[in-house]
Amino acid sequence: MRAPHTALLSVEHLTMRFGGVIAIDDLSFTAARGEITALIGPNGAGKTTVFNCVTGFYKPSAGRLALTPSGAAAPEDLLALTQSGRRFSETASGEIYLLERMADFEIAQRGRVARTFQNIRLFAGMTALENLIVAQHNALMAASGPGLWGLFGLPSHRARQKAAIETAKYWLEQIDLIGRADDPAGALPYGAQRRLEIARAMCARPALLCLDEPAAGLNPRESAELAALLRAIRDEHAASILLIEHDMSVVMEISDHIVVLDYGEKIADGAPSAIRKDPKVIKAYLGVDDEDEVDLAASGTRA
Amino acid sequence: MEIFLQQLINGVTLGSIYGLIAIGYTMVFGIIGMVNFAHGDIFMLSTFIALILFLALTQILGVSSVALSFVLAMVAAMALTSLWSYMLERLAYRRLRKSFRLAPLISAIGASIFLSNLVYVLQGPRNRPAPSLFDAVIKVTHGGGYDVTLSAKQILIVLVTALLLAAFWVVVQKTPLGRAQRACAQDMRMAALLGIDVDRTISFTFVIGGALAAVAGVLYILYYGVVNSGDGFIPGVKAFTAAVLGGIGSLPGAVVGGLLIGLIETFWAAYISSDYKDVAAFSILAATLVFMPSGLFGRPDVEKV
Repeated sequence: MRAPHTALLSVEHLTMRFGGVIAIDDLSFTAARGEITALIGPNGAGKTTVFNCVTGFYKPSAGRLALTPSGAAAPEDLLALTQSGRRFSETASGEIYLLERMADFEIAQRGRVARTFQNIRLFAGMTALENLIVAQHNALMAASGPGLWGLFGLPSHRARQKAAIETAKYWLEQIDLIGRADDPAGALPYGAQRRLEIARAMCARPALLCLDEPAAGLNPRESAELAALLRAIRDEHAASILLIEHDMSVVMEISDHIVVLDYGEKIADGAPSAIRKDPKVIKAYLGVDDEDEVDLAASGTRA
Repeated sequence: MEIFLQQLINGVTLGSIYGLIAIGYTMVFGIIGMVNFAHGDIFMLSTFIALILFLALTQILGVSSVALSFVLAMVAAMALTSLWSYMLERLAYRRLRKSFRLAPLISAIGASIFLSNLVYVLQGPRNRPAPSLFDAVIKVTHGGGYDVTLSAKQILIVLVTALLLAAFWVVVQKTPLGRAQRACAQDMRMAALLGIDVDRTISFTFVIGGALAAVAGVLYILYYGVVNSGDGFIPGVKAFTAAVLGGIGSLPGAVVGGLLIGLIETFWAAYISSDYKDVAAFSILAATLVFMPSGLFGRPDVEKV
């Protein structure tokens, strides 16, 4: 058992309506620092909608999404910020970001939240290396002023540019794609594109990494490699991970904490061992058939 | 043969100017998917800015070096035209970006009418002549009672265009802003998620487009010697044709399309009918849209989901 971790992301009473459809209904959970938190549930349960709210794709209809990268916020600070109407506070005692109020690029830039997509969204026309450099845009911009000074070979910009390329190369090595650095991302095989997308997200040095079905379409060997990569990210790069995944072997193997959704509501929340045995989860996920119940338990133990 | 050679020279010169304008159309379309109909008028505006600045420098401030005045006027015209282009996006397009698709387009047509009328009111309806500069002419060859000439202007136009395109290429390929620009053109929301400020990147696109249009404007008035407030429309539509022919959204396509339109127009004027030379360019626009909608270098449009 590792020491208990403090909350990095607190989702409180999150509700998302699209017209008359309630996609998420009063959902609350926390994602702890340094942990892999998995969101699971049947198709249409609202998992991706949660991601879209966290990353600013959607404005939630109600609820609070508090991100606290440098330690849990004191309740009075959080309350003060919520009432002030401001989007975030960055003080010496720690930062609080209210993600439901922030624009998507702000969440990425200030909150350091990175994400990947169910359907891969690499910049297909750019090379693998460029995809990783684009992700470091903010650091590069900070060093190069309005962005054009790089043309004149400003030393600080050149140094930063070199560092960005080094970081990109480091991640290409981590995902075993260094040999294809200059190939267009769109020309890489499917599994490689998935890994590259994760690497791109990591190049932004995120505090929270949101992965939407990273194992979809991967074969068992690739899934195992992915699990190892995600564990390395958690353990060596101080990133916390929020994960949507249908592949139960991956989820059960790497998650520290699982939140189960069904029809936009939370039906279970806990450690993998508890979730695996939860009758409500088994029912929602697989129906009440006894054979399926055995299947989930089996996939869990295999992991 | 001599006529052919002469028209080739003229066509490349004209095509360079079209190419510079076409980049503005294609970049804006590539990033926000709208045709900036006011871009031709931004180009026209830049010719007036450059002309006024040049006259102020030489006549009022008494700068004696023509080359220096020319360069200063060009640089200042680039800066001021960029500013106009930036304001155009900021005031007329940005708020409409999330509206229905036709809204910014209509706003662009309005902006186009506004700009040409603004210049009409401020500068009057007549042609404004520009002083004749760089008049040296080189005789390339002679044959059949016909001199093939290459003027200093033409050399200057092609050289400035080539230099500028090279610089532009470096900006787009090598600088963080250029990289952000390409990323936004491919997938704007993803770029935003990586922390790229999309609004700023779009502004950057308009600034660059305005600067290139300003250079085109300076070269245009250098080449033709006169300009009036209605001159944004025809060159603008031809440059737009060039962008469509090259594949709208493609930067190399805009340059190649510009050269092709320039060449087709001059050859059409030389061998078929100079009265109907505009017909050639617009027929190409129609034919490209019907038979080859993605142009020479364009990718077929895949709707992003």
